[in-house]
Amino acid sequence: MDVTLIVVVVVATALIFDFTNGFHDTANAMATSIATGALSPRTAVTIAGILNLVGAFLSVQVALTISSGLVDEAQINPIVIFAGLVGAILWNLLTWLLGLPSSSSHALFGGLIGATSVAAGAGAVNFGKVLTAVVIPAVISPVLAGVVALVATFLAYRITARADKGTVSRGFKLGQIVSASMVALAHGTNDAQKTMGVITLTLITAGALPRGSAPPFWVILSAGLAIALGTYIGGWRIIRTLGKRVSEIQTPQGFAAETSATAVILASSHLGFALSTTQVATGAIFGAGAGRRLASVQWGVAGRMAIAWILTLPAAAAVGAASALLASTGTIGTIVVALVAIAMGAGIYAASRRRPVTAGNVNEVPAPAAPVTSAA
Amino acid sequence: MSIAWGSLLVVCAVALAVGVAVVALVAFALVGLSARVAEPAGGPNDGAPPAMSPAAGTAIAVICLVAVAAIVAYGLYVIVA
Repeated sequence: MDVTLIVVVVVATALIFDFTNGFHDTANAMATSIATGALSPRTAVTIAGILNLVGAFLSVQVALTISSGLVDEAQINPIVIFAGLVGAILWNLLTWLLGLPSSSSHALFGGLIGATSVAAGAGAVNFGKVLTAVVIPAVISPVLAGVVALVATFLAYRITARADKGTVSRGFKLGQIVSASMVALAHGTNDAQKTMGVITLTLITAGALPRGSAPPFWVILSAGLAIALGTYIGGWRIIRTLGKRVSEIQTPQGFAAETSATAVILASSHLGFALSTTQVATGAIFGAGAGRRLASVQWGVAGRMAIAWILTLPAAAAVGAASALLASTGTIGTIVVALVAIAMGAGIYAASRRRPVTAGNVNEVPAPAAPVTSAA
Repeated sequence: MSIAWGSLLVVCAVALAVGVAVVALVAFALVGLSARVAEPAGGPNDGAPPAMSPAAGTAIAVICLVAVAAIVAYGLYVIVA
């Protein structure tokens, strides 16, 4: 395939991934603020979108690695990146349809691992690194965020037990606006970077940029805009799951959950541990739910999420591998992969329209205690 | 394969300390601010004066919120740097 054409295709695919990453992750920052009414749904996604865009420009340390060393990056070519992105996008869309908060980073890693194993053999995948960089943080970070949120929530209720109810509710609402904004900003600095890394590396492998260059301005701008737009569109299905289906969240809990998530994300990224914003935010919401009343948490929802988390990497890897297999046959194969991906994406979108979740009905959950319906 | 268990422990300790501290400080600030509001009529302590003087409550609230603001500012610094 023509080098410039495949580069254009990869850049476009990367921006689409960035967009899905954005709307998948709006819930991380804003689900509890929307659920408690601290912010109206539209205001919440607008703030989150703007802060993601700001975040994209803020961070100065751009990791020129797209896989964090999970795969041998010398083996990566634009076809592999394209196939990996297709795997990640399709998994993100599927979990969004089911309203499950899964990690976009894990989807991207999975897609790249699958595509690389097909293109360069399983030897190009660093499985030890997969364990230390993906599996262990995925187990520890949600539990840590959950414990922090649980303790913080418990204390928040104990301390304010005899205080003026109106003051407490208003105070935590204001606090939530700040804490949710911090999560959104931290998300922008982390996740927009991933797409910039992908595009920059593609341009380098294609020879359009010298090795080791920083992302050009148009890459930063387009990646920031894609993730901000995705965030603004709002993944209402996931927002509903996290805000309403985990537990009935009140303002002190929302504030405790967002503060705990921010503390965990910043502490770990400061010390060089990459972790999934989604998993941290989800763990914190469960912890906050349990901190008020253990029985109020819908643990069945947690089980479904856990299954989605475990499946994310292998499922995206499988799609990435299949796409790489087909795309490596040549131009026709690449076009077929693109068409199939577009068709599947359109199908998932069509399925979502049958029972749409929007800004207008995001806080309406049919019956609070009803078992979660399986759309699968 | 090597896992920096030490750093991981530091992450856990710092996250727990900071997360809980911020929420507790805000909660104490709100308790302080509540002293500015009289007990609601018809409540269990109908019309009773607040346990703390409004001035003391406000002072506590200001101290707590300044501490929180400092932590948030440091958080922003960590994000940007």
